[in-house]
Amino acid sequence: MKRIRKPKLAVWKFASCDGCQLSLLDCEDELLAVAGKIEIANFPEASSKIVKGPYDLSLVEGSITTPHDEIRIHEVRRASKFLVTIGACATAGGIQALRNFKDVKEFISIVYAHPEYISTLNKSTPIADHVKVDFELRGCPINKDQLLEVIRAYLHGSKPNTPAYSVCMECKRCGTVCVMVAHGTPCLGPITHDGCGAICPSYNRGCYGCFGPKETPNTDSLAARFSELGATNQDIVQVLRNFNAWAEPFRRESEAHEKKVRKNKDNSR
Amino acid sequence: MPEHSILQRAHFEQLLGALKTRGYRVIGPTVRDGAIVYDDLNSTDDLPVGWTDEQEGGTYRLKRRGDAALFGYVVGPHSWKRFLHPPAVRLWQANRTGKNIQIEEEKHAAPKMAFLGVRACELHAISIQDKVFLGGSFVDPLYKARREGAFLVAVNCGQAGNTCFCASMNAGPKADFGFDLALTEIIEGSEHYFLAEAGTPLGEEILQELEHRPAENIEVEKAGSIHEKTAQQMGRTVDTTGIKDLLYANMEHPRWDDVASRCLACSNCTMVCPTCFCTTVEDVTDLKGDHAERWQKWDSCFTADFSYIHGGSVRSSTKSRYRQWMTHKLASWIDQFGSSGCVGCGRCITWCPVAIDLTEEVRVIRATDIRTKSMAKETDDGNTGTNPR
Ligand code: SF4
Ligand code: SF4
Repeated sequence: MKRIRKPKLAVWKFASCDGCQLSLLDCEDELLAVAGKIEIANFPEASSKIVKGPYDLSLVEGSITTPHDEIRIHEVRRASKFLVTIGACATAGGIQALRNFKDVKEFISIVYAHPEYISTLNKSTPIADHVKVDFELRGCPINKDQLLEVIRAYLHGSKPNTPAYSVCMECKRCGTVCVMVAHGTPCLGPITHDGCGAICPSYNRGCYGCFGPKETPNTDSLAARFSELGATNQDIVQVLRNFNAWAEPFRRESEAHEKKVRKNKDNSR
Repeated sequence: MPEHSILQRAHFEQLLGALKTRGYRVIGPTVRDGAIVYDDLNSTDDLPVGWTDEQEGGTYRLKRRGDAALFGYVVGPHSWKRFLHPPAVRLWQANRTGKNIQIEEEKHAAPKMAFLGVRACELHAISIQDKVFLGGSFVDPLYKARREGAFLVAVNCGQAGNTCFCASMNAGPKADFGFDLALTEIIEGSEHYFLAEAGTPLGEEILQELEHRPAENIEVEKAGSIHEKTAQQMGRTVDTTGIKDLLYANMEHPRWDDVASRCLACSNCTMVCPTCFCTTVEDVTDLKGDHAERWQKWDSCFTADFSYIHGGSVRSSTKSRYRQWMTHKLASWIDQFGSSGCVGCGRCITWCPVAIDLTEEVRVIRATDIRTKSMAKETDDGNTGTNPR
C-alpha cells in the first residue's frame, strides 16, 4: 500500500482573544486519537514549535486590524491548501470591529500615551475580505464539537455538518420554552446561525447572536418585533453590535436604527 | 355498565397510581420556565394546579386562575409528537475494525407511555401522524412501537384560547375518538370532579380500578354545556370552504410577498406544529473514521437545506417556503393524506416570534382571491385581468 503523507494542520492567530484556539486545545483527547493521521505543524497556544509549510489545513483565528497582518494573511493563504476561518473575529471582524463604526484615531489618542507608536487600520475586517476562504466556522467562541466536525470532514473528504439555519431549530428540538414568546425577552435566535445548541434560551436569556447571521436572516422583521416588545432604536443598535456587529446583515440593521436614533435627536432639538 | 362515571378530584392520584403500577411512564402538563410543557409526572402535584395560559399571536403568558383546576389551560409549546416522534433519534451505528465494517441496528425500546391531558385537537393530530407514519406502504417502526405502547387520557378543554380554532377544523374541542379515557373537569363551588368516559377496554379496566360512581344525567349535561361553551370561545376561525382550490388558485397572490417580508424563516411554526413530521438525517463520524452514527432529526421546510437538490435550493425565497408550508398544511395535505394537516391548535400563531397568523393569511387571500379579482376587473373595464404571474 502507498504510504500516505500525514496532512499538516496549522493554526494561525490574528487579532483575537485566543478563545477559539482554546477550543482546539480542549479537543486534546480527540486529537490524540488521530495523532497518527495528522501532524500539528503550527499551533501557538499549544507549542512554539513551527513546522515548515505548506500546510494542508490551516485554521485561522482572528481578524485583520493592522497593516502587518494585512500582509501576513496573504502569506498564510499562500502556504495553505485548505483555509478555514474559525470564530466571529475571523468570519466577521469580531468585537473589535466595533471600532468600524467610530473614528479609530480618536480612540488611539484617548487610550495611548504615545499614539504615534500605534499602527492600526481603520477597520477590523474578516479574513474573507482579504483572501479566499474555503470554509467559515462561526461562533464566539466556536463550538468544540463543530471544530472537530470540520477537521473530521476535511480528513474524510465530506461536507461538514454545520447547518446554517436558525438557533430556534435547536432551541425547539431541546424543548426550551421560547423566551421571546413566553417572557417577552428579545432574542436574536431567529436570525442567528445554529451551532451553540441554543444555550442562552435554555437559561432563560435571549440569544446574543454569537454565531452571526443565519441563512436568509430577516433582521428587519425581528427588529420591528423588538420595538413592539418595548426596545428603543438605541437598544436595537446595541443588541446587534456585538461579536458579529460587522457581519453584513447585522451591520445594515444596526446602522438603520442608528440613523433613526440620530433623526429622533435632531427632531427633538 | 354506565357510559359515564364520576371521578372525584380527591381520588385523581389513583389514576396516576394505576398507570404507574402497569409500568407506564406518565407524561403530562407541568409548569416550567413560564409555560405549561409536557414532561414526566410523579404525582398530581406536578400538574399546573391553578394555572392557566393567555395566548395571542407571538405571546404566551401564564396566569393564576381563581380555582385549583388541574387542566385549566389550553395547549403549550410542546405537543405529543415530542414523545411519539422524538426530535432526535439515532437510527444505526457502524464500526470499522481493519477492513471490516459492522452495522449495528438500533434497538429501539418500546416505552410504555401514558399521556395525561391530551386535547381533542391533539388526538386529531396524533391520528394524522398515524396516517403519515403507519398508513402508507412504509411504516416507521419507531413511531409504531411508541404509538402502540401509548395510553391516552384525553381531557376536554374547559376553555378555548385566543389562538384556538379547532372548531373550524372539526378537530375539537370535545374528544370524540382515539382515547383510552376521556375526562371533563368540573369545578362548582367546593365540588371538584371529573366526568370520565372509557374509549377502549383497557381504559375501562383502569377506570374500574379507581374509586368512582356512575354519573347522573345532570352531570353529563353539565359537561356537555362546558364543551359547548368552549366551542363558542374560539379566538380564531378559518373558513375552510373550498380551501384547497382557493390556495391552489392563489399561488401567485401578492400576499405571499407580504408575509415573506414579516416571516423570519425561523421554523418555529413547524417545530411546534403537532402534525409537521419532516426529518433530516445527519451522519456523524469520529475523527478516526472508525465509528459512524446516523441520526434522524426534526427538520423544517423553512430551511434552505430542506429543498436542496443538486445545484441548489428549490425554495430559495422565504416567500416560497411560507407558501409551501401553508399550502401543504391546508390544501395539498388533503390530496396527500385525505384530510387537512391543520387541527386548529393555534401553536403556530402563538409561538411565531413575529406573530404571523395563518388564519389571517387565509382570510386575506380569500377576501382578495385572484380569481374573483380578475373577474371583477373583467366586468369593471371590460378587459380580462392581467395575469398576475
Ligand atoms: S428562545 Fe430565541 S432561539 Fe429559542 S425559539 Fe425563541 S426566539 Fe428562537
Ligand atoms: S411563520 Fe413565524 S414561526 Fe414560522 S418560520 Fe415564519 S417567522 Fe418563524
